Amino acid sequence: MRTLLWGVIPYVVLVLLAAGLAWRYRYDKFGWTTRSSQVYESKLLNIASPMFHYGILFVLVGHLVGLFVPESWTEKAGVSEHTYHLFSLYGGTAAGVLLVLGIALLLYRRRTNAPVFRATTANDKLMYLVLFAAIVLGMVAKLTHASGEGYNYRESMAPWARSLFTLQPDTDRMAGVPVMYQIHAVVGMALFALIPFTRLVHMFSAPVQYLFRPYVVYRSRDPRRVGARPERRGWEKTGS
Amino acid sequence: MRVMAQIAMVMNLDKCIGCHTCSVTCKQAWTNRDGMEYVWFNNVETRPGQGYPRRYEDQEKWRGGWELNKKGALKLKNGGRIKALLEIFSNPKLPEIKDYYEPWTYEYKNLTDAPLGDDYPVAEPRSLISGKPMKIEWSSNWDDNLGGATEHGDLDPMVAKTREKAAEKVKFAFEQTFMFYLPRICEHCLNPACVASCPSGAMYKREEDGIVLVDQDSCRGWRKCVTGCPYKKVYFNHRTGKAEKCTMCYPRLEVGLPTVCSETCVGRLRYLGVILYDADKVTEAASVKDDKALYEAQLGVFLDPEDPEVRREAERAGIEYDWIEAARRSPVHALISTYKVALPLHPEYRTMPMVWYIPPLSPVVDALSETGHDGEDLDNLFGAIDTLRIPLEYLAEIFTAGDVGPVRASLEKLAAMRAHMRAINLGDRPDSSVADAVGMSGREIEEMHRLLAVAKYEDRYVIPTAAVGDAQRLEESALPDSCSLDFEGGPGAGGDGPFGQDSGRKQLPLVTVENFHTLRDRQTADEQPSAAEKDNTL
Repeated sequence: MRTLLWGVIPYVVLVLLAAGLAWRYRYDKFGWTTRSSQVYESKLLNIASPMFHYGILFVLVGHLVGLFVPESWTEKAGVSEHTYHLFSLYGGTAAGVLLVLGIALLLYRRRTNAPVFRATTANDKLMYLVLFAAIVLGMVAKLTHASGEGYNYRESMAPWARSLFTLQPDTDRMAGVPVMYQIHAVVGMALFALIPFTRLVHMFSAPVQYLFRPYVVYRSRDPRRVGARPERRGWEKTGS
Repeated sequence: MRVMAQIAMVMNLDKCIGCHTCSVTCKQAWTNRDGMEYVWFNNVETRPGQGYPRRYEDQEKWRGGWELNKKGALKLKNGGRIKALLEIFSNPKLPEIKDYYEPWTYEYKNLTDAPLGDDYPVAEPRSLISGKPMKIEWSSNWDDNLGGATEHGDLDPMVAKTREKAAEKVKFAFEQTFMFYLPRICEHCLNPACVASCPSGAMYKREEDGIVLVDQDSCRGWRKCVTGCPYKKVYFNHRTGKAEKCTMCYPRLEVGLPTVCSETCVGRLRYLGVILYDADKVTEAASVKDDKALYEAQLGVFLDPEDPEVRREAERAGIEYDWIEAARRSPVHALISTYKVALPLHPEYRTMPMVWYIPPLSPVVDALSETGHDGEDLDNLFGAIDTLRIPLEYLAEIFTAGDVGPVRASLEKLAAMRAHMRAINLGDRPDSSVADAVGMSGREIEEMHRLLAVAKYEDRYVIPTAAVGDAQRLEESALPDSCSLDFEGGPGAGGDGPFGQDSGRKQLPLVTVENFHTLRDRQTADEQPSAAEKDNTL
């Protein structure tokens, strides 16, 4: 069971994520969008959506630091486990509260505003369920193990997560992890697997290139669509 | 000099009767789909009026277009790139559907399913957005023909601006007011703010003809373009989550046909043609400090296709010969640059719009005729253009950022044309002082009259096709892909066999129209096969 949960499923999720993204990019570029509902309702969205998104970005950074910066590194940098725990507790909780409030408002808006609810597909509903579950379970796991030194996941879950990438999953590390953390991790993996197949896919189109391109974009008519065919590689034409 | 070609449009507002045929045919062709119920790529507004979406011209609220920063450089009015990305999770300046109008249908089933009774059944309106019964309170042309202007006329942002400047007030009492129709499509600007606002780089201006399009595969639905466009002519499809806009009917233009709105225009008031412009000068012209100088600055960007130097540069820039020739015959170039009767819509947005308008003389003529004066007498008209300050100043707010000069000059030319042509029609000798008064020759006035009043189809639309190669492809597409007997249950039914097109039972026509070798030879040939050679393969 442990091997299945922590040794097999993570790779299945990774494959689903990568293959799903490739598949979506290849066959459903048209569907690759945020499918915003702002034209139906703007007031609430203008508050809730930035709250949620900034919250989740902060939480993402927290997860990356927690899982992929080894404890020994922070120790060397002079940050004790206690300081780290407090930092992660307060910082994480602040971001988490922002995130939970944001998604609660968004869900409320989605359910109560008739046009928005009408534009919600079954796919969206599944995605919201898993997303909301992952967020709430994460908060619960953190807060139920907050007393004293808290639960030091950097000695168990973090090395396991890193070991996944060396292709030698250290499933034994997950043996003593509290159940809440385990459930959170499983739901989190489900969320990753869902990304390519739901609207969450828009996270992979963060438009950073906007900062570096000229304002006005010119494009030529697609040469395949008109009679002229593009020049092929080869010797230069003579007589020109 | 970097010569580029642009397909531009001019609309002669004097001839617009507000029939909305352009809007309806455009809607049938392009936006007759789910998610686009509220969208009109082409709409006709009555001015004074709020427009569609309501009060879109109030850029202090909607933040569309460009402005100059402290250093005098162009920046998007809604803020720079970093602000755009920080605001990506929700767009605070996005119009909601209700700012356009909530689209609806009727519960027609009530009519057919009602039981026999004394009451007439009613088809209730039902929102296409929420699916619930709704009260119809606004639409894309709710204030058509000044409907409700006595109550809502003040909400027109341009009325407010005119009031700031003119001592006299724009009056909405029935006998004191004026109106005209303003058909609007995407401006296909030279300096498009929507393209500049698109974070994904999905919006682009086509190099060949300047048409601004949205790549539906790269659009990610960030909605910045809707805010960026000061004319609010980019729309959000709420079903697909992608931006859509007027395409200038490019599939039609590419084969030399006018846009649907032009083709179906009852008043024949639209003109389509090529304009050559200097792409290097666009930014400089759009950054002119004084709003009122923007009209002249944009005229300075356009190039004269009669100038051999320009033609040479155009050829060097890869512009096809038939495009350069089309630019010489372009009615749009004539109306904008030669006669200077057409004016841009809101040049102060600094987007360098490319759909221009001939301001309407009719409010002036109507007012004059009502007072018992001769509405075609030049002196009367000249005097009236000046004394009817309100229409003039209102028109200037719309077409020249408030500068009355170009509007007056354009109206005077139209007035002179009326007087000159009346003399000819009555068999009098036209008074040469009429033409002189507006700085034109009698001949020029007659040519302008031919373009504006006679307005032959081939004079109004001078559209070069996309490419010679394209024309040839279309020629080939006249040959059917499949046998004409190949319909369900027909003698040729069966389609392609399991081993491809040429396997199994042979179908008509038995002559080889195309085979592998001729296809390969043609695709790899350096030259187009001549007509005779093509015939031989048949």
